[in-house]
Amino acid sequence: MPSISREEVAHLARLARMDLAPDELDHLAGQLDQILGAVTQVAEVAADDIPPTSHPLPVTNVFREDQPRPSLTPQEALAGAPAAEAGKFRVPRILGEEQ
Amino acid sequence: MSEGGLIRRSAAELAASIASGELSAVEVTQAHLDRIAEVDGEPQSGVHAFLHVDAEGALAAAAEVDAKRSAGAQLGPLAGVPLALKDVITTSDMPTTAGSKILENWQPPYDATITKRLRDAGIVVLGKTNMDEFAMGSSTENSAFGPTRNPWDLSRIPGGSGGGSSAALAAYEAPLAIGTDTGGSIRQPAAVTGTVGVKPTYGGVSRYGIIACASSLDQAGPCARTVLDAALLHSVIAGHDPLDSTSIDQPVPDVVGAARRGADGDLSGLRVGVVKELGGEGYQAGVEARFNDAVAQLSKMGAEVVEVSCPHFSYGLAAYYLILPSEVSSNLARFDAMRFGLRVGDDGTHSAEEVMNLTRGTGFGAEAKRRIMLGTYALSSGYYDAYYGQAQKVRTLIARDFEAAFSQVDVLVSPTTPTTAFPIGEKVDDPLAMYKNDLCTIPSNLAGNASASFPCGLADEDGLPVGLHVMAPVLADDRLYRVGAAIEQAFAGAWGGTLLNQAPELTPTATRAKVIS
Repeated sequence: MPSISREEVAHLARLARMDLAPDELDHLAGQLDQILGAVTQVAEVAADDIPPTSHPLPVTNVFREDQPRPSLTPQEALAGAPAAEAGKFRVPRILGEEQ
Repeated sequence: MSEGGLIRRSAAELAASIASGELSAVEVTQAHLDRIAEVDGEPQSGVHAFLHVDAEGALAAAAEVDAKRSAGAQLGPLAGVPLALKDVITTSDMPTTAGSKILENWQPPYDATITKRLRDAGIVVLGKTNMDEFAMGSSTENSAFGPTRNPWDLSRIPGGSGGGSSAALAAYEAPLAIGTDTGGSIRQPAAVTGTVGVKPTYGGVSRYGIIACASSLDQAGPCARTVLDAALLHSVIAGHDPLDSTSIDQPVPDVVGAARRGADGDLSGLRVGVVKELGGEGYQAGVEARFNDAVAQLSKMGAEVVEVSCPHFSYGLAAYYLILPSEVSSNLARFDAMRFGLRVGDDGTHSAEEVMNLTRGTGFGAEAKRRIMLGTYALSSGYYDAYYGQAQKVRTLIARDFEAAFSQVDVLVSPTTPTTAFPIGEKVDDPLAMYKNDLCTIPSNLAGNASASFPCGLADEDGLPVGLHVMAPVLADDRLYRVGAAIEQAFAGAWGGTLLNQAPELTPTATRAKVIS
């Protein structure tokens, strides 16, 4: 089924928020096609009446009492930040000039 | 006792010597730090199992164990024993990188539950071990910090993603290590380095503080040189953790008891199934020969061996390479250059989104990018049902194969890997060939049941280690240890101890000794 073009790879890279160099786009287009060609065989087996599995034991939502408990201090949470200012994460501008 | 002898002793022996006062924990820790300085070296030459060694912290932790002993406190069964911790597990006193440039020098603000349990047990964490970036790979070549080398042959891979942990054991740099297994990352490295690696039942060991690869598959477990050591470590790290909502709230199987029982070599009454689909074409002759020897040995010890068919296992690899990239693309979205880790291009001219794109393009390696892209594709609208949804159904079919098999037998066996350790560089740009290393190990990740790899000899054609893969039902982790301990004692005579006794001596690396912080 799959035949992935260079343009589609570039689109996926945009969705994944990841800059890829032109040679990476070329290389990945071929490899993704090859890998997806190999994995599409999952379509051959499972019928509609098969339920999906994500955990070997039947677990449902796990809740705890809604009570405050110790967590990271603001200082600890900011310790690994690339940039912090006034007790907050400092980030590059979010809106464009024209906005 | 000479230092050479000390580092070759098992964790159980070291702990007993520390408890009796024959050795101090500081002495034991120093001997392992010396060994690391001698053989670990640099990526170009040495074993390069460690990304970070914390000599000061390790010696302080060891001194604390010695002080407790002097004060008359009862020590745990592994107190004072050094351990190598995979660098995907957070440590509040050491950097945690997951083998990625995007987390270079990142210092976590908290300890993982595993880290905390190790510390509480008096286990001495020597440092953090190398791995494929975000645990994606079967060779440790995908580390951003250079490959780890197999102590059996430094030109070959030590397995992956936990190649640092397996190599540290095989190089006698640590008697214990922790790994994580998403598709075989504990068991495949164990197989190709002649060591023991166990993937517990999914949910058996807390994932709190483990940097996520694929959340529905990831499982941490023990790595060691002997089966009893692995069992002792298993019982330290396993058990319910309220901080991980997928953690199993049931008693931990008696793995230590099973390891001791297995060592008597009597397997009468045990039913063993050889999985028909995991062998034949694509399997190295020497791997099949050693596997057949191990199966014959199981019969000799009283086990009843039959052949079992698991027809859906052949779809495991395909399902895995849809589920894993899908979950990876979602989990790795947290590396957004805003809250922690690398940030590239924040020079006032780029927007937050551009900085995100630049950082992720620069910070992730080739395999991480490949899998993020695959996952983004598989989860994109219109494809979800055909890919991720369909793959989750294959998991059900594989779990049903296991269920049917375990209604006839107590454990299943196969080789752990189709081949022995391959040369570094051989498969690095052939993803499909690389992915096939995990053919035998993946079904247990998809179904969530317990599995392990135990050494079972050397392949005739290359003299490299082969692993026996043992699979047990969900929550029957103890059966793995019974079988593993029985095999270990059966071959001990022929091997002169553990299989690692046949590994060549490592010579001190030619380059300067590793700089220890």
